[in-house]
Amino acid sequence: MSERTASPAETDAPTPADDDPTETDVTSGATSVVRALENAGVETAFGVQGGAIMPIYDALYHSDIRHVTMAHEQGASHAADAYGVVKGDPGVCLATSGPGATNLVTGIADANMDSDAMLALTGQVPSEMVGSDAFQETDTTGVTAPITKHNYFASSSDTVGDVVGEAFALAGEGRPGPTLVDLPKDVSLGETDREPGEARAPATCRPKTDPDSDEVEAAARAIERAEKPLLLFGGGVVKGDATDEARAFATEHQIPVVTTMPGIGTMPEDDALCLSWAGMHGTGYANMAITHTDCLIAVGTRFDDRLTGGIDTFAPEAEVVHIDIDPAEISKNVHADYPVVGDAGRAIEAIDAEMDQTPDAREWREQCLTWKDEYPMDYAAPDDEPLKPQFVVEALDEATPDETVVTSGVGQHQMWAAQYWTFREPRRWVSSHGLGTMGYGLPAAIGARLAADDDETVVCVDGDASFLMTIQELSVAVREDLDITVAILNNEYIGMVRQWQDAFFEGRRMAAGYDWCPQFDKLAEAFGARGWAVDSYEEVPDAIEEALAYDGPSVIDFHVDPAENVYPMVSSGGANGKFALSEDQL
Amino acid sequence: MSNDQGLQGPAPEERPHPDGRRNSQGIRIDPEAEAEHEPRRTVLSAIVEHEPGVLSRVAGLAARRQFNIESLTVGPTTVDGHARITMVVEEPDPGIDQIEKQLAKLKPVISIGELDDDAIRAELVLLKVRGEDPDKVHAVTEMYDGQTLDVGSETITVQLTGDERKIDDAVDAFRRFGIIEIARTGQTALAHGAKKTVPGEEPGTSGEPTTPTTDTQ
Repeated sequence: MSERTASPAETDAPTPADDDPTETDVTSGATSVVRALENAGVETAFGVQGGAIMPIYDALYHSDIRHVTMAHEQGASHAADAYGVVKGDPGVCLATSGPGATNLVTGIADANMDSDAMLALTGQVPSEMVGSDAFQETDTTGVTAPITKHNYFASSSDTVGDVVGEAFALAGEGRPGPTLVDLPKDVSLGETDREPGEARAPATCRPKTDPDSDEVEAAARAIERAEKPLLLFGGGVVKGDATDEARAFATEHQIPVVTTMPGIGTMPEDDALCLSWAGMHGTGYANMAITHTDCLIAVGTRFDDRLTGGIDTFAPEAEVVHIDIDPAEISKNVHADYPVVGDAGRAIEAIDAEMDQTPDAREWREQCLTWKDEYPMDYAAPDDEPLKPQFVVEALDEATPDETVVTSGVGQHQMWAAQYWTFREPRRWVSSHGLGTMGYGLPAAIGARLAADDDETVVCVDGDASFLMTIQELSVAVREDLDITVAILNNEYIGMVRQWQDAFFEGRRMAAGYDWCPQFDKLAEAFGARGWAVDSYEEVPDAIEEALAYDGPSVIDFHVDPAENVYPMVSSGGANGKFALSEDQL
Repeated sequence: MSNDQGLQGPAPEERPHPDGRRNSQGIRIDPEAEAEHEPRRTVLSAIVEHEPGVLSRVAGLAARRQFNIESLTVGPTTVDGHARITMVVEEPDPGIDQIEKQLAKLKPVISIGELDDDAIRAELVLLKVRGEDPDKVHAVTEMYDGQTLDVGSETITVQLTGDERKIDDAVDAFRRFGIIEIARTGQTALAHGAKKTVPGEEPGTSGEPTTPTTDTQ
């Protein structure tokens, strides 16, 4: 952000539009909105123009904020979400009223489920027309109330800048999440010269960050006496920027670590203590450890059902220490024997300081290593068989630097990417976890690209069905000249559905098979990107090398084995320790 | 890493599995904590910012999280811009804790708490009954300290106030006359004696956040 210069009140002449202004002059509701964004340090926003949001865009015309026009508003919300994940600050998306706003909804719900900080600004019909079923009118605050931390209906040009500032601050406060400000056109157009004040999250939403000492003490005692302690790092460790504290705690006390999917990268996956991620398609060793631990130290996780399987069989022997900044997550799904409400990093440090001894867990660590040997992550890839998707993921990981950002759609390819890519840092695995939104990958890669450093690589591991859902965003990547590589694991199926049909619906593959897909490499070329099609193992390295070397958007269409399934698998509601290694074990 | 066989390891039934388990409320079952919590009826009181849509936010949250709300009343307080919401809920214990915590997260909610058993509770009911026997209606109304609001040739409308049990009893007593219409406000309540119901009504406390306790008893 550039430094603020004089406020409009102090200058005589307004800055001409052709100049290179470093700030927006506040003359209207819309300009105060943009000023609030500038004050918040917003550098990039994603959106789509339209009638009711036009005043805001007009104000952006004078701003240094980079606006990326997306092909569809859903893409804008996913791009903003991913931008926020990689950057660590809330992403911003804009859309007009009615269909613009409703198109944002999937991305807002996605951000809400994954606790991703994001601010959505939506145009609205003029105040006096609200409630009249006016053209492109939707009750946007009504529609988005269940999927936002809070949303606002702006009612005055004088205060709208403050409201936007507060909404931005709230998105990143405590447990992050999406917020939305609905902006009636008359509020945006209305005259005001009022500068937005200092932005803070509302007083009723400020979290307790320092844990209570009695909670810390009880947790410390429980960990000290554990014989089979296990750390479970969730997305809250990432959001709370507590990776350093979390790793230090694990290392100092030599406690094995499993992560949730959003927690991937909080512990380096090649660290001896790291058992990778647990849950439905998590590693066998992570699920064995969860099943047998006597003290589960969970940090920043909401115990999603894809992690726990059946609650009655989840960590059945464990006393649960649950650290979370959101008190409502304590004992929501899994009862916390030792709740610790507070900031993840501070809570971990407080517990560490309180502990007088390290739990004696040598045997347990050896047991965890045994499970690593017993249930290795592996796949059959004979040369005479079709290309295995897991092989592609490993080849991509091999060919890219450690700091690479990986986005994904949702389905089999997502699981293979999460299973076979070795992540070593947080904010590098960017995916749709809670909502499971197919089509997230490509727009997320666009957002991630703009948030990542220029020298960092951004790869989208996508599925054919996921890619088709938001393929239009390729036009944005080309227009903006974004260096991203899309690797499609193309099996011409909605593969996870096909896998479930084979396992649970006696193989009736209803509406799961495409039998035909467009030639994605050709389609990419038509968009103005580069494209490759790969059918065999021999072609994999060259295609990857060329695509990564190309400085712009590239798409590799990997024709992978359509029969390949994702394992291990804990059946829905099943016991983590009873994960199946193949279909006949389900 | 690839090999020719794919995933390896003992089959599910060959793996050791502990005997322990949890109940449906996620509580680890040991001999002392075998029973699941039964639903119980209680009153929650909240001070909220009196802004447009606050009632729909509270009601919407309850609906989408499947919290069972028996009644809900809203009214202004002594502080400008603050309203009090009183809710009667029926849930097993972890659920009541969840309602409190989830509601506390709503931006307009300033404070929320569960009332003790000795809290003062009252509701108001309007009863429109058949007017064939005015003397007897009058006698029953007197018996429940009610007021007659309207007497017509065909109907009599009375007003009664009191706690839930008294109102239930009164409604039963009026059934013999034939109840035509009934309107109940639902319970409203305040803590007993000098005890503060929940923080947030005294001037100057505007916007002070409260964090509910994390124990779930």
